[in-house]
Amino acid sequence: MFDTLSDRLNKVFTGLRGKGRLSEADIDATAREIRIALLEADVALPVVRQFIAAVKERAGGEEVSRALNPAQQVIKIVNEELVKILGGETRRLRYAKTGPTVIMLAGLQGAGKTTLAGKLARHLKQLGHTPVLVACDLQRPNAVNQLQVVGERAGVAVYAPEPGNGVGDPVAVAKDSIGFAQRAQHDMVIVDTAGRLGIDADMMAQAAAIRDAVQPQEILFVVDAMVGQDAVNTAEAFRDGVGFSGVVLTKLDGDARGGAALSVRYVTGQPIMFASNGEKLEDFDVFHPDRMASRILGMGDMLSLIEQAQRTFDEDEAEQMAAKLASGTEFTLEDFLDQLQAIKRMGPIGNLLGMLPGAGQMKEMISQVDDKDLDRTAAIIRSMTPAERADPKMINGSRRLRIANGSGMMVSEVNNLVDRFFEARKMMMRMTGGMGMPGGRRNARSAKGRKNKKGKNKQAGRGPTQPRMPAGFPGMGGLPGGLGGLPGGGLPGGGMPGAGMPELPPGTKLPDLSKLKFPKQ
Amino acid sequence: MLAIIVTVVVLLILAAVLVVGFVVPRVRRGRGELPPPPVRSTGVTATKPPVESAAPAAPERLVQPAPPAAETAPPGPLLDVPEPIAGRMQRLRARLARSQTSLGRGLLSVLSRDKLDDDAWDEIEEALLTADVGLKSTTEIVDRLRTRTQILGTRSQGELRALLSEELVTALRPELDRTLHTVPTGSGPAVVMVVGVNGTGKTTTCGKLARVLVADGRTVLLGAADTFRAAAADQLQTWGARVGAETIRGPEGGDPASVAFEAVKAGKEAGVDAVLIDTAGRLHTKVGLMDELGKVKRVVEKHGPIDETLLVLDATTGQNGLTQARVFLEVAEVTGVVLTKLDGTAKGGIVISVQAELGVPVKLIGLGEGADDLAPFDPEQFVDALLGDVVG
Repeated sequence: MFDTLSDRLNKVFTGLRGKGRLSEADIDATAREIRIALLEADVALPVVRQFIAAVKERAGGEEVSRALNPAQQVIKIVNEELVKILGGETRRLRYAKTGPTVIMLAGLQGAGKTTLAGKLARHLKQLGHTPVLVACDLQRPNAVNQLQVVGERAGVAVYAPEPGNGVGDPVAVAKDSIGFAQRAQHDMVIVDTAGRLGIDADMMAQAAAIRDAVQPQEILFVVDAMVGQDAVNTAEAFRDGVGFSGVVLTKLDGDARGGAALSVRYVTGQPIMFASNGEKLEDFDVFHPDRMASRILGMGDMLSLIEQAQRTFDEDEAEQMAAKLASGTEFTLEDFLDQLQAIKRMGPIGNLLGMLPGAGQMKEMISQVDDKDLDRTAAIIRSMTPAERADPKMINGSRRLRIANGSGMMVSEVNNLVDRFFEARKMMMRMTGGMGMPGGRRNARSAKGRKNKKGKNKQAGRGPTQPRMPAGFPGMGGLPGGLGGLPGGGLPGGGMPGAGMPELPPGTKLPDLSKLKFPKQ
Repeated sequence: MLAIIVTVVVLLILAAVLVVGFVVPRVRRGRGELPPPPVRSTGVTATKPPVESAAPAAPERLVQPAPPAAETAPPGPLLDVPEPIAGRMQRLRARLARSQTSLGRGLLSVLSRDKLDDDAWDEIEEALLTADVGLKSTTEIVDRLRTRTQILGTRSQGELRALLSEELVTALRPELDRTLHTVPTGSGPAVVMVVGVNGTGKTTTCGKLARVLVADGRTVLLGAADTFRAAAADQLQTWGARVGAETIRGPEGGDPASVAFEAVKAGKEAGVDAVLIDTAGRLHTKVGLMDELGKVKRVVEKHGPIDETLLVLDATTGQNGLTQARVFLEVAEVTGVVLTKLDGTAKGGIVISVQAELGVPVKLIGLGEGADDLAPFDPEQFVDALLGDVVG
C-alpha cells in the first residue's frame, strides 16, 4: 500500500514547524513528495509537472496560518487545486432542441462502454426519458448480444439490426437508429461503439463517420480509473479523432487511485460527468470532484464511507445504537455482534478502515485485518450464552474454557476479546460523550462528565488519560479525538489540531473533513 | 442521519480495536510458521519433460514447431485455420515497435548527449515513468544505469543503448520460466484458468489461446465460467466455434465453479489435450468475488491440480496493476501473466514491477484484436521493440 501524501509531507516537515512563512526550501521539499504521490496515483507525468508548478506558485510566500502546520497548509493548497481542476464547471447533459438527443460513447477496448450504456440508459429512464440503445459495436464477438441483455436488464429498447461479430456497417446502423428513434418515439439515443485504440486510424475514421451520421449532442469518452500514464495519449487521440464533450470514469469500485481523471481533465479540458462504480446497473453516479481529489491523494474518503453506511444501516436502528454506545454500559456483546454483521455487509473491513481519514498510519494494522478476523470474533461471541453476552463480566475461567472450545479458539483469545471489549467500551463512552449525541452526557459518570465538559470546547473527548492502547497500534488513540470534533458541522479554525494532537497527522483530516457538510435531514 | 455516521465511525473503530488487538497476538505467534510461498511451475515442469523439452529455442518456447499444425489444423471445412505461431513474434514486433518507439527515441536522444547531467537523468527517469514502469522500479533501473555508465565511462551511443537494454532486460527477469503448461499430464487434460479484472481481455485471450493450441495440433475444450457478464459465454463460444472447440457453458448467473468443474469433466471424457476456463472479470477489491474465484479453483482442483493460472493484465493499467497481481496471486496462485493491448500507445511497464516484486513471469502478450495476435513473451525482443531500431 502507498503512503498517503499527508504521511509523506509530515515526514518532510518534521522539525520544520513554527516558521512564519512557507519558505522556498519548504516548497521544494514538498514538491518532490507531491510528485511522488501523484505519480503513484497514475497522474500523467506532463500533468504532474504543470500541476506542481501551479501549486508552487500558489504556495510561494503564503503566510503560515496559525491554525495549520506547513504540511497541512500545503495539502490544503494541493487539495484545493485538485478540486478546482477536477470540478471546474460542472454541467448537465445537453439535450437536443428538436428530435431525439443523441449520446455517443467512445473509448478503448474494455473501458466498460457497453455496461455504461446500460447504466446511462437506466439513469435516463429514471429521469423520465425513453432512451434507446444502439448497437454499433459490430466488432467484438457478441457485443450486440451483450447490449441486448444489458438493455433488457435496464428495461429499455435496443436497436440492433445487425448481428455483429464483424458483420454489418456500424455507420449505417448509427444513421438508421435516428429514424428508428423518431418512429418509435424515443427521445434519447445512446450509441454504443466498438472499443478502439487511439492510434488505429481506420477505426478512428469510423468513429468520426458515426459521429457525423448521428450528430450527437454529447460524445462521452469512457475511461477506466485504473489507466496509467497512457491516459494522456489516449485522451488526446480521441479528442483529435472524434472529439468528446464529456468524460465518464469507470471501475471506481476498485482501489486504483484514479489519477487518470486528473490527466484527462487537464489535457482535454472536458468535464468529468459521471462515475461508474460497480457491476450492477444502479452503480452509477454523477462525478464528485472533492471525493476524487481525496482519493488521488490517498486521504481517505469519509463521504463514500458514510454513503455506504447509509445504504446498509437502518436509521432508527442506528439511532438506538448510538444511544446505547453513548451510555456505554448498555452496549453488550450481543449488540456488538449485530453491528459486526452490519459492518460486514458494507464490504471488506480493510477497505472501510482505509476510508477513515488518518488511517494512513494504521496501514500495517489494516493490512492484517481481514474479514476472517470478524468471523472469528463472531464465533467467539456466538459461543457465549445470552447471559454472558449481556454481561461479559460474569465470564470466569471455566466459562472461558467452554467458550474457547465452542468456538475453536484459544482461551487467551477469548480473554483478549473480553478485555478489549471493556476497553473499547470505555473508549466509546468517551468519544460519544463528546459528540453531543442524545444521551451522550446524560449517562456519563461524574468524573467522565468533567472530562467531557473540558474536552468539548476544543477536541471533544480528549481527556487527560488516554484509553490504554494495545502496543503497536499507534495513531488510534488520536483518532477518536479527531473524529470527535467531526460532526459539529465544519470545524472551527481554532479547533484545528496543531501541536495538541501529536498522534493524528493533522493534515489527514484537514482538507476533507473541514469541508464536510453533513446534510442534516 | 448524524446518528448513522457517528455510529458507523464508532463501530468501525470499535471493530478495529477489537479485531486488530485480536489479530496482533495471533500474527505474532504465527510468525515463523508462515506457509512457504506457493510453489510455482518448477515442479510441474519436471513432470512433463518429453514434449516441453522438445520445444526449440527461446522465442518459440510456448509452441511446438509449425509443421504438425499444417497437417492437423483444418478440423473441418468451415473452420478457420489459425496461422502457425512460429515467427509470430517477429511479425508482431513491427507493430509493437511502431507504438513504442517514442520511448526509445526519447531515451536515446538523451543518452546521445555529450554530457549526462542531472537533467538528462531526470529525463531518462521520466521516460520510464511515462511507460508506467512505476517509481520504485524506475529509480532502481536509473540508479544502476547511472553507476554503470560512470564505472565504464561509457560515451558512445551504441554502448549506451546496449547498457540500457541490458538493464531493462535484467529488470524483466529473463531467468524466469515462461513455459506455458498446456501439455496434458498423465491422467487428464491440462487445465488452464484465465483470471483478471474487468475488461482486460480475458475472454479474447482464452479464444486466442485456443487457436494457438489448435494450431499446434492439440484438441481444446473451453469452459465459460463467466456466468455474470451478459453474453460472455456467447463470446467465448463464438471463438471456440471458429476453431472447432467445444464450449461448456452454464445458465447465466449460475455457479461458475460448477461450470468449470463440468468443463474439466467433459474434457476428461472427451480426451482433449487442454481445457481453458474463462472466468468472469472481477475487481480484486471485491472480497465476495475473490472468494468465488477461490472456490472455482478449489472445485476444479478436485480433478487434479490446475496446470496454469493466467492473470490477464491490460497494458494501459497503471500502478494498480501491481495490487491486482498481488491479490490474484494470493487467491488463485497465478502462474503467469498475459499482457494484453500492447498494440496501443500504452507500454505496459507495470509488468516490470509485477515480475520484480511478485516473481510471476509474463508468459504471453496480446497485440491486437486479430484472432492470431497472441505471442509468447520474450524479454529481449520486448526490450528491443521497446527501444526500437533508432540506433541498433
